Amino acid sequence: MKRFPKTLSALLLSLIASAALADATLLNASYDVARDVYKNYNPVFQKYWKQKTGETIELKQSHGGSTKQVRAVADGLEADVVTMNQANDVEFLADKGLVAKDWAKKFPNNASPYTSAMVFIVRKGNPKDIKDWSDLAAPGTQVILPHPKNTGNGRNTYLSAWAWALKQPGGSDKTALEFLGKVLKNAPLFAAGGRDATTTFMQRRMGDVLVTFESEAEMIAKEFGKGDFEVVYPSLTMQTEFPVAIVDKVVDKKGTRKQAQAYLEYLWSKDGQENAAQNYLRPRDADLLKKYAHFFPPLKTFTVDEVFGGANKAFATHFRDGGTFDQIYVQK
Amino acid sequence: MAAKSQRVLPGFGLALGYSLVYLSLLILLPLGGLVLKASELGFGQIMDIALGERSLAAFRVSFGASFLAAAVNAFFGLIVAWILVRYPFPGKRFVDALVDLPFALPTAVAGITLATLYAGNGWLGKYIELLGIKVAYTPLGIVFALTFITLPFVVRTLQPVIEDIETEVEEAAASLGASRWQTFVRVIFPAIFPALLTGFALAFARAVGEYGSVIFIAGNLPLISEITPLLIISKLEQYDVLGATALAVVMLALSFILLLAVNLLQWWTANRHRNSEPLEVAAAKASGGAQ
Repeated sequence: MKRFPKTLSALLLSLIASAALADATLLNASYDVARDVYKNYNPVFQKYWKQKTGETIELKQSHGGSTKQVRAVADGLEADVVTMNQANDVEFLADKGLVAKDWAKKFPNNASPYTSAMVFIVRKGNPKDIKDWSDLAAPGTQVILPHPKNTGNGRNTYLSAWAWALKQPGGSDKTALEFLGKVLKNAPLFAAGGRDATTTFMQRRMGDVLVTFESEAEMIAKEFGKGDFEVVYPSLTMQTEFPVAIVDKVVDKKGTRKQAQAYLEYLWSKDGQENAAQNYLRPRDADLLKKYAHFFPPLKTFTVDEVFGGANKAFATHFRDGGTFDQIYVQK
Repeated sequence: MAAKSQRVLPGFGLALGYSLVYLSLLILLPLGGLVLKASELGFGQIMDIALGERSLAAFRVSFGASFLAAAVNAFFGLIVAWILVRYPFPGKRFVDALVDLPFALPTAVAGITLATLYAGNGWLGKYIELLGIKVAYTPLGIVFALTFITLPFVVRTLQPVIEDIETEVEEAAASLGASRWQTFVRVIFPAIFPALLTGFALAFARAVGEYGSVIFIAGNLPLISEITPLLIISKLEQYDVLGATALAVVMLALSFILLLAVNLLQWWTANRHRNSEPLEVAAAKASGGAQ
């Protein structure tokens, strides 16, 4: 009977010892494909923080689907900060009282340190001559995209096409719905996620056009070689934001607010912005955007706030059960 | 005290208590929580969710594909199990180990591999598509994935039962004049049928809940190739935990009814078999039919 407390105290001691190595530990809960972004950013921040305060900071990462991640945080995953790819995921945490209601104003640029945009990937030489959203609705064109209802990537594609249709002469919600119906009819499948869609298009050679993030296009070039595809920039597309926020409930409990604040703020520093640009995400810093202009050609974009009145509203109108996406499939 | 019989496990009371606590923690508690959560919605609301056009279509796809996959495995799994037990051949241990691989492989890996294999430009898909059949991104792809995932259930349930049937029984049937077919239908099949049903039921139950492998090969088109677990995930993506639990509970209830039916069938056949005749008599009877 005496052995048990002994093991327990030994375990506790070792836990305390390992925590003592770092002055503070931060957990960043992030979306799936952000791995490279933060893998490169973390050492840069650690160095900066050590120089500034003398503190050794330990940074941990947790990656997963954006919505899964915020659900985990709501269910008790002790993440100090969340770095997501959809505003409505952060809104969800705000509704639960874990994140400040005005989280979008706590940092510059809508709390999104970098952006991307939805673009088209077509086969080499663009054999179907795909130039704009209208070409995605043409009969006989196959469009590859992830599930519009279940994935952020798919939702961005859907909303981009919708916004484009709205802005056409005589455009209305009705014409947009009709247009989306035609586009979705051209989808032979809905991929499970962004990367799955890429594999389906590039490796399994399905479809004529893949709609995905601009940043993903560069990843494809790395993986499959530049000579195999072309990037087409549509006349109007969504500027996608990657909102970050401090999880108040966690940092107040752990006493890590100062570090968490600095960790996110530093994303807007030259170093942080340069890291984003190197990962093919459009930096907010105008000078850097110019420096990396070969990655980022000028582009006409809209934000969800401008066209749809916010991420939550867009989600409710289009992707909730009975929303426009469902109406395309179920006439009731 | 004197009449107390010796058993391997100490104390029936203790063992039973332990079993109950274990089962409660592992199965009853989470499932109870699920039902409790769903009961926040009224019965009418749950039915509304379950009877929506997309839900109904997904139930059809999920249960239909699972049934087909389990049936395919019941047939081919039986052959595999028979060969593994009855015939010595080089590399048998290796083949035997292969059977378990679908258990060990992460299901997403299985799904991605199958999709690559059966896509229009895949090693197999290339040739199958020449016949005008598409596998990847169709409901057929779902059946393929589920068949792959559930193969071990049938084989592993049947193996020990087939091992228990001594070859002498077959010899007896043969020496009494039964044809091969008669020996199989009248002697062997009745003996393995209950185990076959168990294997079928396990495979079916596993297939109904499968998510990871299916979404990569299904195509996930509404009303055509969406499985119920995908709709549940879809509800969770909307932060609609209640709706998700409602679908899950309905799915669970349907599965339970089907499994219960299989169990009853199994109990009935096992009973009939036990009451009627031992194997040796069956062997004699089978031969009688031949004369």
